[in-house]
Amino acid sequence: MKVLVAIKRVIDPYVKIRVKSDGSGVEQHNVKMAINPFCEIAIEEAVRMKEAGLASEVVVVSVGETSCQEQLRTALALGADRAIQIDSAAQDEPLNIARILHAVVKSESPDLVIMGKQSIDSDNNQVAQMLAAISGFPQGTFASKIEVDNGFIKVTREIDGGLETLKLRLPAVVSTDLRLNEPRYASLPNIMKAKQKPLDVISLDTLGVTLSQHQEILAVSPPPARQGGTKVGSVSELVDKLKNEAKVIS
Amino acid sequence: MSVLIIAEHDNHTLSPETSKVITASLSLESDCQVLVAGYQCQAVAEQAAGIAGVDKVLLADHPVYTHWLAENLSALIAEVSADYSHLLMAATTTGKNILPRVAGLLDVGLLADVVSIESADTVIRPIYAGNALAKVKSVDSKKLITVRTSAFASSATSGAAAPIVELEKVIESPNSEYVSSEITQSSRPELPAARVVVSGGRGLGDKTHFAMIEKLADKLGGAVGASRAAVDAGFVSNDLQVGQTGKIVAPELYIAVGISGAIQHLAGMKEAKVIVAINKDPDAPIFDIADYGLVGDLFEILPELIEKL
Repeated sequence: MKVLVAIKRVIDPYVKIRVKSDGSGVEQHNVKMAINPFCEIAIEEAVRMKEAGLASEVVVVSVGETSCQEQLRTALALGADRAIQIDSAAQDEPLNIARILHAVVKSESPDLVIMGKQSIDSDNNQVAQMLAAISGFPQGTFASKIEVDNGFIKVTREIDGGLETLKLRLPAVVSTDLRLNEPRYASLPNIMKAKQKPLDVISLDTLGVTLSQHQEILAVSPPPARQGGTKVGSVSELVDKLKNEAKVIS
Repeated sequence: MSVLIIAEHDNHTLSPETSKVITASLSLESDCQVLVAGYQCQAVAEQAAGIAGVDKVLLADHPVYTHWLAENLSALIAEVSADYSHLLMAATTTGKNILPRVAGLLDVGLLADVVSIESADTVIRPIYAGNALAKVKSVDSKKLITVRTSAFASSATSGAAAPIVELEKVIESPNSEYVSSEITQSSRPELPAARVVVSGGRGLGDKTHFAMIEKLADKLGGAVGASRAAVDAGFVSNDLQVGQTGKIVAPELYIAVGISGAIQHLAGMKEAKVIVAINKDPDAPIFDIADYGLVGDLFEILPELIEKL
């Protein structure tokens, strides 16, 4: 079984972001970048499937400029067999990313596509579902457990009230939730070995995908700041404030 | 211009989130219709028909829609969508599962987790875990929107009933099948709808200590929440997680106990009207946004607080 993992380069989750003063976006210059945390979980799951003998090949793909090769190399160090960079400076609208990934799905014919449920920058939570729709594949979103079983995949999903299990016919698209697994760290020898693994760069033109704009970001602003509060000295004072000042309890 | 709201329900009761989506849609000042798809869900259609502002309810009642599989439901919504300028759904796990797939089928974009509808084509949505707000304009002919329900009030019932029209369309889902579900049982209010939320974090140290959080929540008639650290440590099930990757809440009172206040957690609760933080670390970031902070040992503070309420 061939597994395709789609990953994204994002601002490191521990960086406190700054909105540009002209409202054009978020400052990306000289900011630490990383693999989106949900994508790390997707890589880990694919590598575990390979280690368990379920997957024969793990291919990792990212859409972006040359800089995203750094994240692809990390994925190779974590155990992916080869990487593909789709060279594109295009706006990262989910639908366009899904269409680009669909072209990759057509050329690679994976049995399973795994990706994160959302990227922590645009917080869209859309690409997996859109890719599944365009490819005509069933989808297992927000997965916290997956089991491959003879041409099918059983996906346990995190839903609002608890958990739900679905059985999907392969090929399918799965998006990962936090509790699917605990991603490993890349070891130094594996980082060295990853440099020898194949990384293909494919231009958007050769992929034959034409993109269209669906959304326009008019402005980005910081959220209204919360008024700094006070510290109280005792439980009695807290209860008094909640009753008489904030009036949220009676 | 017509708006179609895809109702969320359990085949018996319309979800409170759907009622908030109807509120959000009213600012569009257009014909508002609701699609109820499910099995033996006539009662849900009647509830939707009774909400103020709803002009018509479409009912697709068939066993193939029992479990809300994304594959056939998105195909149904895409087929029905031709007559509408806007498709709206709550940004719950259900809405997030289904509406992006509809967008993929229709080849249009989707405005996700919207907190404000500015005009027929422009919305505001949080990005970077709520640390920035983006004003986004859709240039598609059809606007697909998932609504962050904590940003909108519930809608009123009208007393009148809108007409219910039955759809005969039956779409199978040959490649996906529902197996089972495990729903967490709770007698407390649902997290996103609760007036008061009491959340516990890693500071509780142990699963058994979470009982104090539950006791405090019960005393206040509130819901119980948790930080990711508390969920990962196995204190509570993951559907109680508040944050960027869990639930987004905006209650009148949010009490954070033993929670440091990581960005990902704040993303889920910083719209609460009043925030109370109880933590032994005076430098915990949660104190920067808390209206009332109490520094101290939660094992002493919680019992006293429960007693004094």
